[in-house]
Amino acid sequence: MLTGLLIVLPLVASLLVFMTKGNASRQLALGASVAELALAIFVWMSYRHNPDSSLLSLDCTWVKSLAIHFAVKADAMSLLMILLTTFLVPLIILSSFSTNYEKPQNFYGLILLMQMALVGVFAATDGFLFYVFWELALIPIYFICLLWGGEGRAHITFKFFVYTLLGSLFMLVGLVYLYNHTHVNGLHSWALQDIYDAGRSLDASQQGMVFWLIFVAFAVKMPVFPFHTWQPDTYVNAPTQGTMLLSGIMLKMGTFGAIRWLIPVVPMGMDQWANTAMVLSVIGIVYASCIAIVQKDFKRLIAYSSIAHVGLIAAGIFSANQQGVQGALMQMMAHGINVVGLFLIADILVRHTGTRLISELGGIRAMNGNFAVLFLIIVLGAVALPLTNGFIGEFLLMNGVYQYNAVMAGFAGLTIILGAVYMLRSYQGIMLGDKKESSMSFGALQSTDKLVLIVVCAAVIFFGVFPGPLNELAEEGARAVISNLK
Amino acid sequence: MNGLFIISGLGILAMLAEILKFRKAVLPLVLVGLVAAFAANLREWNTPVTWFNNMIAFDHIALSFTGVILVTAFFWFILAGDFFRRESVITDHSALILFALVGAVMMTAFKNMNTLFLGIEIMSIPLYVMAASRKEDIRSNEAGFKYLIMGSFASAILLFGIALVYGATATFDLDKIASLLSSGQELPTFFYAGVIMILSAMCFKVAAAPFHFWAPDVYEGAPTLVTAFMSTVVKTAAFAAILRLFMIVLNDVNGVWHHMLAGVIALSLIIANFTAAVQTSVKRMLAYSSISHAAFMLMVVLANVRSGLSIEAILYYTLAYSAGSIAAFGVLYSVSRNNDHSIDAFNGLAKRNPLMAVCMSIAMLSLAGIPVTAGFFAKYFVFTAVMDSGYKWLLILGAITSAVGAYYYLKVIIAMYFREGDKHPIEENSATKMVVIIASVATLVIGVVPGLVAEIFEF
Repeated sequence: MLTGLLIVLPLVASLLVFMTKGNASRQLALGASVAELALAIFVWMSYRHNPDSSLLSLDCTWVKSLAIHFAVKADAMSLLMILLTTFLVPLIILSSFSTNYEKPQNFYGLILLMQMALVGVFAATDGFLFYVFWELALIPIYFICLLWGGEGRAHITFKFFVYTLLGSLFMLVGLVYLYNHTHVNGLHSWALQDIYDAGRSLDASQQGMVFWLIFVAFAVKMPVFPFHTWQPDTYVNAPTQGTMLLSGIMLKMGTFGAIRWLIPVVPMGMDQWANTAMVLSVIGIVYASCIAIVQKDFKRLIAYSSIAHVGLIAAGIFSANQQGVQGALMQMMAHGINVVGLFLIADILVRHTGTRLISELGGIRAMNGNFAVLFLIIVLGAVALPLTNGFIGEFLLMNGVYQYNAVMAGFAGLTIILGAVYMLRSYQGIMLGDKKESSMSFGALQSTDKLVLIVVCAAVIFFGVFPGPLNELAEEGARAVISNLK
Repeated sequence: MNGLFIISGLGILAMLAEILKFRKAVLPLVLVGLVAAFAANLREWNTPVTWFNNMIAFDHIALSFTGVILVTAFFWFILAGDFFRRESVITDHSALILFALVGAVMMTAFKNMNTLFLGIEIMSIPLYVMAASRKEDIRSNEAGFKYLIMGSFASAILLFGIALVYGATATFDLDKIASLLSSGQELPTFFYAGVIMILSAMCFKVAAAPFHFWAPDVYEGAPTLVTAFMSTVVKTAAFAAILRLFMIVLNDVNGVWHHMLAGVIALSLIIANFTAAVQTSVKRMLAYSSISHAAFMLMVVLANVRSGLSIEAILYYTLAYSAGSIAAFGVLYSVSRNNDHSIDAFNGLAKRNPLMAVCMSIAMLSLAGIPVTAGFFAKYFVFTAVMDSGYKWLLILGAITSAVGAYYYLKVIIAMYFREGDKHPIEENSATKMVVIIASVATLVIGVVPGLVAEIFEF
C-alpha cells in the first residue's frame, strides 16, 4: 500500500505541477519531492519494524486475461534504490534553482514523472509492470534532454532514445519468452518468482538466448562497453538536471535490473556468459578510465568516469557472489550521490566562469575556499578514499571480483589508480595553481548550490563513517538474490 | 446485419440529399445513422443468425470488427466536415464513403467467397473515386489512376484464386471448404495455387511488401482525409477478412502459404521501416508506417494460434492503430492546409499550437509502440501470440525494425518541439480539435486499461 503511494505521489504531483505557472512550479515540485523522501523514510522505518508488513506491498490485477498485475513491493534491494531516488530528486530539483529554465512547469513536471517511473522500476515485482515503468522512464528524460539540452541535442537525444529503445525491445522479447514458459495452474504468470521458475526450467541454450536478450537492455542502460557510445554525448549535452537523473538514478535501472531480472532468472545462461559480461565490464573500466584521463572537458571527464565506475559495478554483479552483489548495491548508492555532486560542480563552473575546459581553469581555490573544500570532499568520495561513502562499495566489489577471478580483479583494480589520477588531476587543474583569467569572476556560491553541495558532502562523509544502516539493507538484498541462485 | 442495412440506407439518403436539397442535414444524419448502426450492431451480440443462404453472418468476430469500423468512421465523419465544406461535395462524397463502409462491413462478415469479392469491390470502387477527388491536383489524379489500375489487377488475381479454389472444392461456402480441408481429402495442386493467389490479393489490399508499391503514391496523392480513411477503415476491414480466411478457414492448409507470408512480413518490415526513415513528407512516412504495421498484424495471422488470443491481438491492434492514425491524420490535416505535407510544416508546432503538438506526440509514441500508449500493448499482443510459433526470428526482426520506426516517429516530435517554425499559429476548427483530442485520449485509455478491448472475447 505504502509502496503504491510512493508511485502515486509523484504522479499526482507532476500533474499538479504541469498546471502551475512560473516559480510556483519549482516550489511545488520541491515540496512534493521532499514529501516523497519523507514517505520513503517512513517506508524504510516500517520495513525495519517488520519486513513482511502488508503495508509494503500492493498487488492488484491490471489486465486479467494476460495475468498482468500491478504488483509492487519494497524489499531490501528495492528500498535501497527507492531511498537513493527519493534522496536525489529533491537535490536535483534544488540544484536547478540557480538556473532559469523556460517553461518551468514542464521541466519540473517531467522530473516528477521520471521519479514516478523510476520508483516503479525499482518496486515492481511483476515482469510486465517492470517493463512498462522501464520504458516510461525513457519518455520524460527524452523530453528533458530534448527541450532544455545543449547544442546538437536533437541528434544526440535521438541516438540515445533509439539505442535504449532497441535494447528494451530485445528485453521485451526475452520477457515474453519467459512468460510463455511460466505455468501456474495451467496459466501463464508475470510474477517475479514465476518468471524465475520459468527461466530455470529452460535448457542451457535457451537460457543463453534469454540471457543475451535481456542483457543487452541492461548493458545499454548502464552502459557496459561496447554499448556505451551514446552515453558521453548525451551526458554532456543534457541539461545538468537531466544528466543528474541519467547518471545518478537512471543508470542504476540497468544495474538493478541485472541483479533482479537477469542473474537469478537464467543461472545456466550465467554459467555460459557471465564470463563474457565480466570481460566486457572490465574492458569498460580500463578503457573509460584511460579516456577520462585525457579529457579536457570536465563534464565529459565525469561522463567517462561514470562508465568506469559502472563497469566495476557490473563486474561485481556478474561475479554473482555475496560480496560482489552487496558491493554493487553499496556502490550504486555512493556513485549516485557523488556523481550528482560532481555534475553540479561542473554546472557551477560553467555558470561562474563560462567554461568547462580544465586547461582554461585554475586557481579557483583562492577565489572561493569553501567551494574548494566541498569539491575536494566529493572528489575523495569518487576516488573511494576510506571513510568516504565510495570506499566500502569499492572494497566489497573488488573482493567479489577477486573471488570470481583474480586476474580480472587485477585489471578491475586499475580503476582505483586511474580514478585517482583523473579525478585528482582535474581537481588540481581547476582549483589549484595560478589564477587564470576565467577564474577571476568566480565569486560566492548561490545559496541553493551551496546547500546541495553541503548535503552531498555530508552524505559522502556520513555514509563513509556509518555505512551500517545502508549496508544492512544491501547485505540483505544481496543475500536474497544469492540464495535464489542456489 | 441491421447495421449494414442502416449504412446502405444512409448512402442512398446522402445521394437523395442532392436532389431534394437538404445538403446541410447530411452530416448530422450520417452521424446519427452511424450511432444507430453501432447500436443495432451491439444488439446482435450473441444472436448467431446467418443471412442469404449462409452468404453472410454476423458472429462475434464480424460484430467486433464492424464495431471498430463504425467507431472509426464516426470520428472520421466529424473530422471530415471541414474537408467536405472546403474542397468537396458533401452529398456525393459522403455517399461514396458510406458505400465503401458497406463493403468494409461485408468484408468482416462474409461466409462465402462471393460475398468476400463483393465486399472488396464495393469498398474499393468508391475509394478509387475518392482518391482522385481533388480534380485539379495532378497528384490526386495520379493516385486515383494508380489505385484503380493496381486495385483492379489485384481483384483479378483474387477472382482467379477464388475460381481455382472453387474448381478444387466445388463450393464457395467457407464452412464447406473448411470441413473439406479438415476431412483430410486430397486436393489438386491448383487449390494451393488458388490459396496463394488469394493471399497475394489480400496482401495487396493491406499494402504488404512486395505488393506495396501503390501505397506511398496513393496515400500521398489522395486528399489527407481520404488517406486517413484508407489507412484506418480499409486496413481494419482487410484484416478482418484475412483473419477469417486464413486463420479460421484455411488454417489447415499448412506449409503452403506460411512460407510466403513469412517472406512478405520480413520484406515489409525491412522495406517499410528503412524507407520511412528517409522520407521528408510526413504523409508518405505515414504510408510506409502503415505498411510496417500491416506486417505486425500479419505476424499474428502467421503465428496461427487458433485461439481467442490471436483475434484479440488483431482486433486490439486495428483499434490502436486506427486511433493513433486518426489523431495523426487530423493534426496533419490542420497543419498542412496549403498542401505542404513535409516534416518542415510541423516545425515549431509546440509553440504555434501546443495542444495539437501534444496530441501528435501521443499519436507518434503510440505508433512507435511506447508504453503506456495503445500501440505498445498492440505490439505486446503480437509478441505473445508469435512467441509460441516457429517464427521467433520475425520477432527479433520486428524488434530491430521497431527501433528504426522510433527514429522516424521521433523526427516529427523533434520538429514540433525543437525546430523553429514560422510564427503564425495553426488554426484548427473545433471539430478537428475534438476528434484529435478524443483519439489521443482513447489511445492513452486503451493503453492503460487494455482489458476494455482485450477481454470482450472470453473464449
